[in-house]
Amino acid sequence: MSMPAPGNQLPERGRTAADRPVSLMRTDARTIAFETIAEAVAQAAIDAARVLPDDVLAALRRARAEETSPVAREILDSLIENARIARDERMPLCQDTGLAVFFVRLGAEARVSGGLLTDALNEGVRRGYQRGFLRKSVLGDPLRRVNTGDNTPAVIHFEPVPGDELTIDFLAKGGGAENMSRAAGLTPAQGRRGVIDFAVETVRAAGASPCPPVVVGVGIGGTLEKAAILAKRALLRPLGEPNADPDLKGLEQDLLREINALGIGPQGFGGDTTALGVHVEAFPCHIASLPVAVNIECHSHRSRRIRL
Amino acid sequence: MEQTAKKLVTPLGDEQVNALRAGDRVAISGVIYTARDAAHKRMAEALDRGEALPIPIDGQVIYYVGPTPTPPGRVIGSAGPTTSGRMDAYTPRLLALGLRGTIGKGWRSPEVVRAMQQHRAVYFAAVGGAGALIAASIVECEIVAYEDLGPEAIRRLVVRDLPAVVAIDALGGNVYQR
Repeated sequence: MSMPAPGNQLPERGRTAADRPVSLMRTDARTIAFETIAEAVAQAAIDAARVLPDDVLAALRRARAEETSPVAREILDSLIENARIARDERMPLCQDTGLAVFFVRLGAEARVSGGLLTDALNEGVRRGYQRGFLRKSVLGDPLRRVNTGDNTPAVIHFEPVPGDELTIDFLAKGGGAENMSRAAGLTPAQGRRGVIDFAVETVRAAGASPCPPVVVGVGIGGTLEKAAILAKRALLRPLGEPNADPDLKGLEQDLLREINALGIGPQGFGGDTTALGVHVEAFPCHIASLPVAVNIECHSHRSRRIRL
Repeated sequence: MEQTAKKLVTPLGDEQVNALRAGDRVAISGVIYTARDAAHKRMAEALDRGEALPIPIDGQVIYYVGPTPTPPGRVIGSAGPTTSGRMDAYTPRLLALGLRGTIGKGWRSPEVVRAMQQHRAVYFAAVGGAGALIAASIVECEIVAYEDLGPEAIRRLVVRDLPAVVAIDALGGNVYQR
């Protein structure tokens, strides 16, 4: 068995004789070069590995100011100091420089020239992880477990949007925190309380493993895979910015309070700061369903947005 | 935690191990060996075949880390701890062979804690996600086994005052709140 190609094609089903291929070629579209995308991604990957975003650093400082446990304060100080060393000495913040996850929004009036967008993103990862001396943590197959050597393929989520812009959100996702993420199909009767219980229990069971203080993304609704994608995407919102929906904002606040009441604290040594933030995203779902997913992110929450 | 760190020099003997208590801050100096998931699997397979381990084990300390590639002019890349629990399946066997210390992050299984008490060993937690800070305490780095595993190869490190906390001591004392 050879390594599966990125973006595996599924066998085609459900075609009928009435189906005809439709031409999607446009002549008036804005073009964005493969090379431009690859270079922007390479630089974003290197920057993300070395420079902790301002919102995350601000959240660590706020937690340090409010934390009552001396042990926890000392660990938060170490994390703030680590961010300074990484930035000043151009070193990765963490040895786990992550698997590259992309959320890509491509305007309907934009097209990529010189190659496929998927290939441009992977080429950017390849260049950035090589040039930036970042760790290659991707295996070509989950069971045979042989390293691909260039940190590709990335995990990529595409969404077509109006306009002529290309927006690429890049997330360097470490394995320790991703491992502790969970999804479940709750019953509608379990409702809001069921969602809270599942999310809090997921963080409790994760304990010290995902490098707390964590950031928690919660996806509710859709289908099982939709909820998981929502939970991951929720992490991309600026840390501490609440959901625009007042009900979901309230849910975020309740979740943050209950998660911090667990007392796991930074690195699991106890304290007030188990999570730096909780972000919830929701989507319509089936009358029978209440899917929920919890994506756990470590304190080294490394993301970059590229606009082209 | 406001106390000053206890200085520890590897390899570890009974006297050093017995004096450590959960919650103690330590500064570790001397030789330590890196190993994580794939290296542990290979060591277990070597033992299954009746072969010797590729590193000395008696009195030694293993650090669960897979560093980033070493940039030019540096000793090592970013080098913080990985989650120790994934190594739990392999650890009691290494403790029985004389391993006296492990460094990582997060909880250990009850089986590992029991084996640590039986063989007088200690588990240190380093700050996860502080890879740039910890790298500053590593003064030498050399790959000594399983080079094909890349970041998972076994490295012999010489460290000077590597900062850590005694998370679980040889009496079963445990700093984690469960």
